Amino acid sequence: MSKSINNIKSTAVPVNIENVDTDQIIPARFLKATTREGFGQNLFRDWRFNSNGQPKNDFILNNPTYHGKILVAAKNFGCGSSREHAAWAIKDYGFDVVVSSFFADIFRNNALNNFLLPVTVSESFLQKLFDAIKKNPGTEIEVNLEKQTIALLPSGEQEKFDINNYKKTCLLNGYDDIDYLLNIKNEIEKFETSIN
Amino acid sequence: MGKTLFEKIWDRHIVKTIDSGLSVLYIDKHFIHEVTSPQAFSGLKQRGINVFRPKQIVATADHNVPTIHQELPIKEELSRLQVEALKKNCAEFGIELYGLGHPYQGIVHVIGPELGITQPGMTIVCGDSHTSTHGAFGAIAFGIGTSEVEMVMATQCLLQSKPKLMRINVEGPLNKGVVSKDIILYIISKISASGATGYFVEYAGSAIRNLSMEARMTICNMSIEMGARGGMIAPDETTFNYIKGRLFAPKDKAWDKKISYWSTLYSDTGAKFDKEIHINAADIGPMITYGTNPGMGISVTGHVPTLNEIAAKEKPSFEKSLQYMGLEPGINIKGQKVDYVFIGSCTNSRIEDLRMVASFVKGKKKANNVEVWVVPGSKQVEKQAIEEGIHKVFEEAGFNLRQPGCSACLGMNEDKIPAGKYCISTSNRNFEGRQGQNARTMLASPLTAAAAAITGEVTDVRELI
Ligand code: SF4
Repeated sequence: MSKSINNIKSTAVPVNIENVDTDQIIPARFLKATTREGFGQNLFRDWRFNSNGQPKNDFILNNPTYHGKILVAAKNFGCGSSREHAAWAIKDYGFDVVVSSFFADIFRNNALNNFLLPVTVSESFLQKLFDAIKKNPGTEIEVNLEKQTIALLPSGEQEKFDINNYKKTCLLNGYDDIDYLLNIKNEIEKFETSIN
Repeated sequence: MGKTLFEKIWDRHIVKTIDSGLSVLYIDKHFIHEVTSPQAFSGLKQRGINVFRPKQIVATADHNVPTIHQELPIKEELSRLQVEALKKNCAEFGIELYGLGHPYQGIVHVIGPELGITQPGMTIVCGDSHTSTHGAFGAIAFGIGTSEVEMVMATQCLLQSKPKLMRINVEGPLNKGVVSKDIILYIISKISASGATGYFVEYAGSAIRNLSMEARMTICNMSIEMGARGGMIAPDETTFNYIKGRLFAPKDKAWDKKISYWSTLYSDTGAKFDKEIHINAADIGPMITYGTNPGMGISVTGHVPTLNEIAAKEKPSFEKSLQYMGLEPGINIKGQKVDYVFIGSCTNSRIEDLRMVASFVKGKKKANNVEVWVVPGSKQVEKQAIEEGIHKVFEEAGFNLRQPGCSACLGMNEDKIPAGKYCISTSNRNFEGRQGQNARTMLASPLTAAAAAITGEVTDVRELI
């Protein structure tokens, strides 16, 4: 898993379907692994493949015209189950950024914990992204974490996005929450005695 | 200014607050199961660290387990390896495991409450979104991902930002044939599958207060289905009576001390919520879902929306959903044929659910065209059902009583609904493929599910009681 993120410039794959739940991102029958690797091959499994394993031509991930490190998704992305396997599958498939107008809470946390950057944009900017990619699948998008901007190239039309400062530092530097929490173990122990 | 129930518990568990509102939240209880824990254990091993507070973790095997012949080794290799990995990890790190064959084994959100582990005022997490169930006791309980499971194992803490707070008030007596599952399906149909994203919900009002503890759990369980991190209900006499005497409940002096603390856990008058919703219980009838997200619910006497009733923007996903379900816009849902009935899952597999179903089906027989699976939530529920003779009622009705686990709720074991078949399910998710590839799920209450089992089609249970 690549740690640390800063600037990502890439074409994008649009999945313009609302309420994509984590059962679609990675169906339960693929959750039996005991490691974090290899989930990418089953990303969107039942939308990508027939039950006999043949790729479905009408699903966008099977269309070679669209590729890149950015997944542009519709509203309420990642709802449902808390399975982190969903974030692992997206990252493992090769995406570094997911853009949506609205993420489910647990999914957003899981993404952040796996150096998969969730970028929340306005409904109207999201529509612009979808339109631009539809018109020209070679459209590049630039996501700059340091500046917290997402821009449509080449016009440079952009929007700012929010991210918690602490989380941003973690992503930029490749730290995770456990590193932080392990460092304050003394304080946690003190807290425990204070509540008992 | 008054404090909300949520704030009273939250504030007490903050170790410290860091940058931009993130807080280090102390976790009292951590439940784990076989599917979302293995990678967390490997993470600890890679870092070369131990579980910080193994006594605050309880493990069970539920998602992957077969629901027949649990005494035999699990046939499916990957499932077996996952269950074995849990066993090994728990032994290595000193964590109590109620695994297969143990008298306390069951769905994680069923066993926590029934063992008295779940208590008011606690912070509770599990690598499972339906951890919200435990909020019915007046606890802050929410689902987490595997990296967070690792954090809690390593430090008993999480970094969290405080969610927004919503209160949903349900007032008045319930209509005939309406149970708590209908209340929550109704709420989700009103506010949508994403209507509470970013919020923690408190349920209040006379209709909620009058519910039994198990009925309250059904409501809190499905908070996640409207996007909420969790749901909670202020503890009261109903809560205390439920906990009293359970295996891990406090005893004697400790009990009295707890009761005096638990009695302070309610939202003060004047406490501020970011959003407040009022619902009149009289408006709620038996509910059923027709689509592929839990917000797509209607009354059993209602019709699937017509295209005109759907906003232009929503039309593509609405049509995709109906196509998956094989249903036409505008049709009456009543009379729709049913192939399977699944009574189970952490939403509706407790003893009260089974009793409710048994007292309705007693003396009746299932329709020939349906297969009925009843999957108790835990070994203890199963045992009690047998002691009360409920298993006989099911046997006579042609219902298949199986052994405890998540089962067809997510179809990770062999219990899958075949492609194209319709299943009325008491579980919580009707997503595409949730119960099996191309399976068609309709969510409903145990009563409505039982009625469909008898008639073989979607039925208004009120006509049969
Ligand atoms: S019963 Fe279903 S929803 Fe509940 S924990 Fe198991 S899989 Fe999840």
